[in-house]
Amino acid sequence: MSEPIIAIKNVTKRYATHTALNGVSMDIPEGKIFGLLGPNGAGKTSLIRIINQITGPDSGEILFHGKHLSQEHIDQIGYLPEERGLYKKMAVGEQAMYLAQLKGLSKAEAKKRLQYWFKKFDIDTWWDKKIEELSKGMQQKVQFIVTVLHEPKLLILDEPFSGFDPINAQLIKNEILELKQKGATIIFSTHNMGSVEELCDHIALINKAEKVLDGSVKEIRKAYRTNTYRISFRGNLMGFTNALWAGAELLEKSSDEDIHQVTVKLLRNNTPNQLLHAVIDQHEIISFNELIPSMNDIFISVVEKKETINTQSAYTE
Amino acid sequence: MRKLFLIIQREYFSRVKKKSFIIMTLLAPVLLGGISVLPVWLAMQEHTEHKIQVIDQSGAFVDQLPNNPQISFSYTDQSLEQAKKALYKSPYDIIMVIPREILNSTKAGPILYYRSQPGISTEQYISNTLENMLFDYRLQGDSIDISKLDKARRHVAVSTIKVNETGKDEKTNTSTNMAIGYAFALIIYLMIFLYGAQVMRGVIEEKSNRIIELMISSVKPFQLMLGKILGVALVGLTQFLAWIILTVIISGALSGVVLKDAIADKAKHEAQMEKAYKDDLTANLDKVKPMNTRYEALQLLAQIDRVDKNELLGCFAFYFLFGYLLYAGLFAAIGSAVDNDADTQQFMLPVTIPLIFSFVISFAVMSEPDGMMARVFSMIPLTSPIVMMVRMPFGVSAWEVAVSMLLLLAGFFFFTWLAGKIYRTGILMYGKKASWKELGKWLFYKS
Repeated sequence: MSEPIIAIKNVTKRYATHTALNGVSMDIPEGKIFGLLGPNGAGKTSLIRIINQITGPDSGEILFHGKHLSQEHIDQIGYLPEERGLYKKMAVGEQAMYLAQLKGLSKAEAKKRLQYWFKKFDIDTWWDKKIEELSKGMQQKVQFIVTVLHEPKLLILDEPFSGFDPINAQLIKNEILELKQKGATIIFSTHNMGSVEELCDHIALINKAEKVLDGSVKEIRKAYRTNTYRISFRGNLMGFTNALWAGAELLEKSSDEDIHQVTVKLLRNNTPNQLLHAVIDQHEIISFNELIPSMNDIFISVVEKKETINTQSAYTE
Repeated sequence: MRKLFLIIQREYFSRVKKKSFIIMTLLAPVLLGGISVLPVWLAMQEHTEHKIQVIDQSGAFVDQLPNNPQISFSYTDQSLEQAKKALYKSPYDIIMVIPREILNSTKAGPILYYRSQPGISTEQYISNTLENMLFDYRLQGDSIDISKLDKARRHVAVSTIKVNETGKDEKTNTSTNMAIGYAFALIIYLMIFLYGAQVMRGVIEEKSNRIIELMISSVKPFQLMLGKILGVALVGLTQFLAWIILTVIISGALSGVVLKDAIADKAKHEAQMEKAYKDDLTANLDKVKPMNTRYEALQLLAQIDRVDKNELLGCFAFYFLFGYLLYAGLFAAIGSAVDNDADTQQFMLPVTIPLIFSFVISFAVMSEPDGMMARVFSMIPLTSPIVMMVRMPFGVSAWEVAVSMLLLLAGFFFFTWLAGKIYRTGILMYGKKASWKELGKWLFYKS
């Protein structure tokens, strides 16, 4: 793996009454979408604010491309905060120009790029409108443009889909993927686990000021496999249960007329093929899936420190 | 620096372009100009012309009473009854009866019968004129040489001259300077409140609009705060400058039209004064045509010309600017600590107390401008912008002004630094109503 765009080294941040981050370290690989997960109050926002240099760590260090994070990096970062808004009384175009120039763009360049984006998002008639005249979803579009306009190498999006209708959410999703294609790194903080599985390459899970999980989404989900399979079949349920040997444990069963669905956990090193062999002769197998825990399950189980993963709401692959 | 400039620019233009700003800027001088000229104009309106028919029973004043532009006398042999009957058909609106006894009695005086009520100034004019003439008449009766008496009697005018440290005379004009110093102090007081509150509202707006986090991911909180303070300062200066220019133009135009006659009167009066001085007949001063109200009103305008403007204006500019800057930081800090306007009360009071206090004591300062209280509070940065402006016209030694200015400058840096610390924490705090204790803690947070 190449050098990470952001390397967080043992960062601690304390407030008067609580510790927001306690010795957190992680690398954010370049060109990937990195999900920063964790329950409310876990310390995500503190970490994001430190990366944005809104606040500084009490101890530890952040490296940007191997260099100590400093003011010179501000223009390479785009930030869409969870608490977001714009100057209500200001005109859309004027405001976007202002924010773009604060991120280091020249006036002419800001104007050129804004015209491109406004056309792309089909909002070029809004230029002279005041923000307060726009709907919330419209404001979010403007906000997104402002975040990405200066083509930052690192985009930090805190709950980017909140407040968007499904159509606009899809629009933003596509933009995020396009930005990734162009080489941007995206830190993506959210509670929406569905979008994590859909978008993220890597994740880190923070709980109670500490990092509890970190890695690529695929690997994490593999690591949290429980060797559990869901089988649908036609035939005799009793016969099916009898066919299971000591290497497999029946967790659940349900029936819909003559179609039965069972969840089976393979014990020790038994393979799915062995399971199939055991049952395939007497039963007509309709489907056979491995139950891989969803990020949601992993999230809940890690946060609640459960030993086993409840795969009830399992997402199958 | 570029970012600071951008912030100042936005803060400035977003306010200057507001309709409320434009209206206030245009309307205030009209009101102000109106207020300064209106009383003079009203005073002049009082002088409706009176044509007075005189029935002089004493016979001493026939053809003797001097007319003035508003009052003209004509004399008649008619009886009072006849005159009264004819009053409404005659061109006269007042009949004055001078009783025979007036020459000898100490009490008898003229009686005015009117159809249109004479004003106080008309009565005053008649009373003064008759008094002077009776005085002369009676002296003559006693065979006293009036010209000798005039020489013996002289008018004594008191002049006051302040001596500065170098032993040189300083021109002062106490009452006018006092009024102007006080006016400047009042303006500073109002401007600090007005524009300080604008800074505070600006901060609250950024917080409640939730744009603050986006902003401080691009610029440092201190830059944002400073940009806002300086931007609003420029708005204040712009408005102030516009007011001065417009007020001068408007009151100039108004006085040109409304006070034209008064200005002519003033010139005439001054010529007479000068002549009287030249003749060294001091007593003649009394005989110089009495000043009318028009002229008195103009005197105030004239006095303003005589004040040592440079020194006062220079100090005013300094105390206005840095007084505002010092308080603006505190107002920004208050704004950062609350979520909405309504919550500002608990923090506003302690910040405004020194302001209100210094305004309240300014009367005491005026009565004893070199007293202990005046000296102390013209040094303390929180009160000096107002107290020093009140003291200024009475003459304050240069070193005191210098120390006071330096302290104000130091106070500005200190309070802005302090406010910056509260601000950078406060702007990120939502939903929690901060207490003073918490604000204190914020001071010691590491950034």
